[in-house]
Amino acid sequence: MSPRPGFVLEVDRSTPQTLFWRGEGFGLERLPVGSRVIYGPEPLPALKDPDAAIRHALDHPLGDSAPLRSLLHGGMKLTIAFDDISLPLPPMKSPDVRQRVIEAVLDLAAQAGVDDVILIAALALHRRMTDDELRHALGTRVFDAFAPHGLLLQHDAEDPSELVHLGQTEEGEDVELNKRAVESDLLVYVNINLVAMDGGHKSVATGLASYKSLKHHHNVRTMRASKSFMDRHHSQLHTSNWRMGKLIAQAGVKIFQIETTLNTDTFPPEMRFLQRREWEWTARDRASFYASSKALDRTPPELARRIFHSVKAPHDLTSVQAGEVGAVHDETLEHVFRQQLVPVEGQTDILTMGLPYICPYNVNSIMNPILVACLGLGYFFNLYRGRPLVREGGVVIMSHPTPWAFNPVHHPSYIDFFEQVLAETTDLLEIEAKYETAFATDPWYIHLYRTSYAYHGVHPFYMWYWCAHALEHVSKVIIVGGDRAAVRRLGFSPASTLADALEMASDVVGRDPSITHLHTPPLLIADVQ
Amino acid sequence: MKALVFERNLPRFAASRIASALAGSGHGVAVGPLELLEVDPPTLPGSGWVRLEPRLAGICGSDLATLDGRSSRYFEHLVSFPFVPGHEVVGDVRGGTLDGRRAVLEPVLGCEARGINPPCAACASGRKGGCERIAFGALAPGLQTGYCTDTGGGWSTGLVAHESQLHEVPADLSDEAAVMVEPAACAVHAACSTAPPSGASVVVLGAGTLGLCTTAALRHFCLPGTLVVAAKHPDQRRLAGELGADHVVEPDEVVRAARRLAGTLALGRQAGRIERLAGGVDVVYDCVGSPQSIEQSLAVVRPGGDIVLVGMPGTTKVDLAPLWQREVRLRGAYAYGAEERPDGARSTFDLAFELVRASRLERLVSAAYPIERFEEAVAHAAAAGRRGSVKIVFDLRRKSRGRTPNEEAE
Repeated sequence: MSPRPGFVLEVDRSTPQTLFWRGEGFGLERLPVGSRVIYGPEPLPALKDPDAAIRHALDHPLGDSAPLRSLLHGGMKLTIAFDDISLPLPPMKSPDVRQRVIEAVLDLAAQAGVDDVILIAALALHRRMTDDELRHALGTRVFDAFAPHGLLLQHDAEDPSELVHLGQTEEGEDVELNKRAVESDLLVYVNINLVAMDGGHKSVATGLASYKSLKHHHNVRTMRASKSFMDRHHSQLHTSNWRMGKLIAQAGVKIFQIETTLNTDTFPPEMRFLQRREWEWTARDRASFYASSKALDRTPPELARRIFHSVKAPHDLTSVQAGEVGAVHDETLEHVFRQQLVPVEGQTDILTMGLPYICPYNVNSIMNPILVACLGLGYFFNLYRGRPLVREGGVVIMSHPTPWAFNPVHHPSYIDFFEQVLAETTDLLEIEAKYETAFATDPWYIHLYRTSYAYHGVHPFYMWYWCAHALEHVSKVIIVGGDRAAVRRLGFSPASTLADALEMASDVVGRDPSITHLHTPPLLIADVQ
Repeated sequence: MKALVFERNLPRFAASRIASALAGSGHGVAVGPLELLEVDPPTLPGSGWVRLEPRLAGICGSDLATLDGRSSRYFEHLVSFPFVPGHEVVGDVRGGTLDGRRAVLEPVLGCEARGINPPCAACASGRKGGCERIAFGALAPGLQTGYCTDTGGGWSTGLVAHESQLHEVPADLSDEAAVMVEPAACAVHAACSTAPPSGASVVVLGAGTLGLCTTAALRHFCLPGTLVVAAKHPDQRRLAGELGADHVVEPDEVVRAARRLAGTLALGRQAGRIERLAGGVDVVYDCVGSPQSIEQSLAVVRPGGDIVLVGMPGTTKVDLAPLWQREVRLRGAYAYGAEERPDGARSTFDLAFELVRASRLERLVSAAYPIERFEEAVAHAAAAGRRGSVKIVFDLRRKSRGRTPNEEAE
């Protein structure tokens, strides 16, 4: 039986309560009659033989690329870059798709006699991965073959000796990239395209770039003009990356792009009720829900965090394509949309969303308030194609505990951003003009980014800019169940319950608003007509 | 006359110390050695002395430390019992050249007040706060009025003052503004005696009366580059911003704020967790004086930088290794006298009058109590920050024994 497509439910009196994520926990909420709930398509079936599919893709590239084996030869310099810890979410069960793809590439390289091979985690300005995280992503065989010999690197956007400036695009955007990758005879980039935003020219132009390069598209103006990040042709973020991609190609950098798509099988069997439609819950699902939600209510947050972050997603590979960047990415998007796209009629006055415990930047870490804002307004708000789900001037209601808590190892500059910058202003342009450079060039943040496991000093700015489109579009943001001081520091309104939040929203949208709930995860993209 | 008298009574002193240690500052006053008594007015010690009838008298942090039994034993030889506390005083002068005028008391009992001639080197140079004879001369020991048995103090309806201690209050200055002149003078001295270089990075720890006055003094008399103030309570934070702070942070945020300001690296047992800075800010004004604040000062000041102790410290255990290794200068800032200004030496009190006017420091007077309600007043002063208050005063004006407009507003 083929998986069912996405679905928009209209809530009536017989509709069971709706699941809302609340960080490291979840609960059921009764939405008003007439509300809509958007469910994503069911997980697509897995490729029957993923390793064979990968080998096939490498031998049958798209676009004007030759098969990978014909691009490999003895004496060449080969670099394999791969997506970092921010993908996929949650981290997937072993073997990770990066391991499968990289092993296949290395097999071909070995057959061709290539002995100068370097692996690079394409961190951009993200934190470095730990050895355990690298081992999980690459598999023990690859990790042990490369890491002990210094052949497994993590991109360092702050090492001038390892960066090279390729020039400027026609829009004056600097392109400064990882030197080893650029100077290789072939750069193979291994993607996990969890959402439509990932991949394409963004892989190299962002993942292997420096701040000097990234600031040209990670800024308020570009973010405001990206409508949405999931729709490449209406995203200035992507347009800028595509311009950079063109320049990279003109500079002679030879890229063999490999993109993979995963299905939305997000949670292991014991948590499967989290991705089922509530009215289809079995007795076992209901029992699992009540047992786990009650247990989580009594679990200290730190322990709950550890439990959730140990979850490995059963994601399966649904497609793999390789070759020329543009052609590969166009094909990838088809697969992503097939899995995630849900047609939705019209916008809504109020968009509700339950925010889970994880976003791309807090794997094995705390979802601090800035990341809460980014997940809700940067990611979930942008899960649309066409028009935003919520109308201009509408209200977004998110549920999350939003603790005033930070991981000082991963997010040191976030703490300062929250304590100093947001205490003074939440205005995006003012923040960008007044503080960005100081944070981006702060030697301590740079030191921690390079030597510890810290996100770059400028990263919290990018997370805040990520909200730019939403903040410009909606009139009010309400967080249900959040730490009141933290929520207010973000410039949002705290509410104790969903009912309170809806009451507060009525000041903006009137007494009889339309309400739509984004039932995610699993991920979906609303195709708003 | 009525006076709050502090006796040398060791059992009550011990009871006060225990009560304040258990229940918090200000809670020892009910069982301590402070009593409201009917006493004879103090005798005029000699020529040049006049009577002063207090209008308002402030409750200072050092008064609270005395009442709590937390004061350093260092002061044992510098006070004489029994004494009437109160050294922040504005009152009406009876006798002498200022007869019938309002005046602010400059409480230091230096050589001139003590009839010592020739004066010590400090007094001769105008630096009365550094007087070497505060336990000698014609008066009993006492570093200030309010700690000397011969002079009385501001927490009464009458005291005596040497004319050299009095500064006439201009007619247009309110009593509330005038009572802020003495604490403002302490802050002026702190800012001027260790003036930050132009453009320097400065941290002020604490935002009680001294911290706020120091913030105002730094902004008014100096040219700090960026001024960060650590303030615990919301009203303190608001006032610190109004008085000139560029950034106001919570006390537990100050190390991070200082690091950011200095743009320096930091050290800690775990990456990202800061224990102290590798560099640091140029000058720290510690307006708290606790072991924690001194530790924090040492954690955030740069090598070769200055720490100015403005708040009164006591017996303190502090690791001075960073002071030694980083060649940090640690300096006290006590009282007043004369300050070197670009236009020459100026009386600290004259500068304090200027500061009070310019910064409207009368807004820091949050509540006034009649002397009969001294237990409430002291409790309020001890919890001022938490209660959204700054300076608590006794209202000794004869026609007013009720709550002042400020208190009503509160």
